[in-house]
Amino acid sequence: MEIFTRHKRFWLIAPAVIYIGFFMGLPLVQMAYVSILERGVNGGVEWGNFSFDSYVSFIFERDLMDNLMVNTDYLQIFLRSFGLSALTTVLALILGFPTAFYIAMQPQKRRNMFIFLVTIPFWTNILVRNYAWMLLLRNGGLIDHLLASVGIQTGGLDILYTPYAVSIGLTYTYLPFMVLPIYASLEKLDHRLIEAAFDLGANKRKAMTRIILPLAAPGIVAGAILVFIPCLGAYVTPELLGGGKFMMISNLIGSQFGAARNWPFGSALSFVLLAMVLLAMLVYSLKFKKMAEDAS
Amino acid sequence: MSEVVISARSVSKRFGSGTHAVHALDDVSVDIFQNEFFTMLGPSGCGKTTLLRLIGGFEQTTAGEIALEGRVLNDLPPFKRPINTVFQSYALFPHLTVRQNITFGLEMQNISRHDASKRADEMLELVRLSQFGDRQPSQLSGGQQQRIALARALAPAPKVLLLDEPLSALDLKLRKEMQIELKRLQTETGITFVFVTHDQEEALAMSDRIAVMKSGKILQIGTPRDIYETPTHRFVADFIGDSNFLQGDIKQNGAHAVLALPGGQNVSLANVETGIHLSQSATIGIRPERLILHPAGTHNTALRGKIADVVYFGTDTTYHITIDDQTALLARVQNRDGSTMAFAKGNNVDITLPAGAIRVLVD
Ligand SMILES: Nc1ncnc2c1ncn2[C@@H]1O[C@H](COP(=O)(O)OP(=O)(O)OP(=O)(O)O)[C@@H](O)[C@H]1O
Ligand SMILES: [Mg+2]
Repeated sequence: MEIFTRHKRFWLIAPAVIYIGFFMGLPLVQMAYVSILERGVNGGVEWGNFSFDSYVSFIFERDLMDNLMVNTDYLQIFLRSFGLSALTTVLALILGFPTAFYIAMQPQKRRNMFIFLVTIPFWTNILVRNYAWMLLLRNGGLIDHLLASVGIQTGGLDILYTPYAVSIGLTYTYLPFMVLPIYASLEKLDHRLIEAAFDLGANKRKAMTRIILPLAAPGIVAGAILVFIPCLGAYVTPELLGGGKFMMISNLIGSQFGAARNWPFGSALSFVLLAMVLLAMLVYSLKFKKMAEDAS
Repeated sequence: MSEVVISARSVSKRFGSGTHAVHALDDVSVDIFQNEFFTMLGPSGCGKTTLLRLIGGFEQTTAGEIALEGRVLNDLPPFKRPINTVFQSYALFPHLTVRQNITFGLEMQNISRHDASKRADEMLELVRLSQFGDRQPSQLSGGQQQRIALARALAPAPKVLLLDEPLSALDLKLRKEMQIELKRLQTETGITFVFVTHDQEEALAMSDRIAVMKSGKILQIGTPRDIYETPTHRFVADFIGDSNFLQGDIKQNGAHAVLALPGGQNVSLANVETGIHLSQSATIGIRPERLILHPAGTHNTALRGKIADVVYFGTDTTYHITIDDQTALLARVQNRDGSTMAFAKGNNVDITLPAGAIRVLVD
């Protein structure tokens, strides 16, 4: 039914379009522009002086003789970020799927309570939560203390300010983003399909791998994307739990706009990240589409 | 009699506890035989699905036991029972093709891919959907989905097939077709079918035997003919087909017992064999087509009534009759060429009740 004419429909979405265009599209264009300018001597940029140096310096550096030399420092930070994000996604999946499954199996009333509990961490500022993890993870902290008192661990735990601490912190932060979409897909799952699988001779494991997991796949994919992408952009957690020693992309970008006063390079890094994320998403969605087609 | 396949002995099922407990089944015992089309018939909430789920292993009995070929099943999980189910909602796996749905049960039995595929072809042929193997379940009509659900459940060659109102989602025409189809499949495969419905016509048309259920109990088990012609309970007579009920006290009148109606007339119970206890209030049932109508004053032992309404149905005519202005009776007379007298509204009639058609019923 045509309730709204095309013209009227435009005005319905206009606020959203204008908002996104103004606050996301415009800054993006500006960043793209900045990334191909020369840096100013005291920060800022030299408007009008174009240069691709920023992109070049992502992989190369100039030695004293002005020769280009390969420099993998930045690439390593990118790789580490992707690695940590992947690790975090896997950890979140391992913890999140059983949680979501458990919640979905509860009676309706209790489910809502559990979902409520899952969202509680959002009520606290992310800085505060990361400081709390510092207190938990540091040598002589609560976990160290507990392990020592049961005799598993003597001496320091030595985990704070390592990539593991960062991954633990990230997993904690983004776990709800894994739990909620998986829960949503499991909750929709018709319980009678599981009974049908049992009826046809599938034991619990077979019912899980042949029926439940494939049907929950859209939720798992959504959860993985919702954890992986924000992880790549994590700033606070690597800063605090990594102690600044294990930079992730955001910290690197942040430092270019801050201490390093290299706006073009910061912008260029942002665009490299954006390109990689889009590429990863593309590959993933193609692969997933193929998986879905194979299954059908 | 052939061999007993499923045997339920004093099975009770209670959901919940304390004051909120629901007694879904109360001391139910039934034997189901090899190669039988057995139907459980009853109104909504009488416990049909519950009994089926107990047989399938999806619920645990509160008391009593269920045995398959003499072996007690109580603790056996559903996937270890050679019993398959056709679910009311079909429950086809939406992410698998029709063929993969059918081979699922075979793969669970570790049957080789090749054999499973061959069996799937046989099953598709059996339900006459050979060209639909590569479709997704969502691309099938309701009736086709229903037949795939059947094929899937039949593929592993179970000892017993459970069907929970499998036809209730279909329209009338398709339903009639599927009734014939189901009966054909049962005869061809020789598998015992346990079928649940609340549609009495369906039950009569398809079943070898019917168990009529009410509030968690089985009231009567018998062939469709038994159930229709010799119901034991008022509920059974009422639920299946139309029935007249007359209530009164049983008294001795000369050599015979009679049912004394509240209006003063008597129904002779001479030659009525069962269920007669003198000086008790009782209900008798008689089918409308078994009443015989005569012109008033021609039969002096008959009940005297008055035609309150006449409804013409083509093949037959239904007369609504009142007796002593308080008891309503329904009489159905076949319309044959000139052989029956037609009565008009307001006529007095004599009504005779053949002894063989009278049933003394348990309330
Ligand atoms: N899981 C359950 N928890 C509590 N009560 C239940 C449960 N399952 C069934 N009951 C109750 O048990 C009784 C019998 O239910 P059942 O599903 O066996 O009825 P049915 O004969 O199949 O009815 P229908 O024709 O409507 O399908 C009903 O009163 C129902 O409310
Ligand atoms: Mg039911």
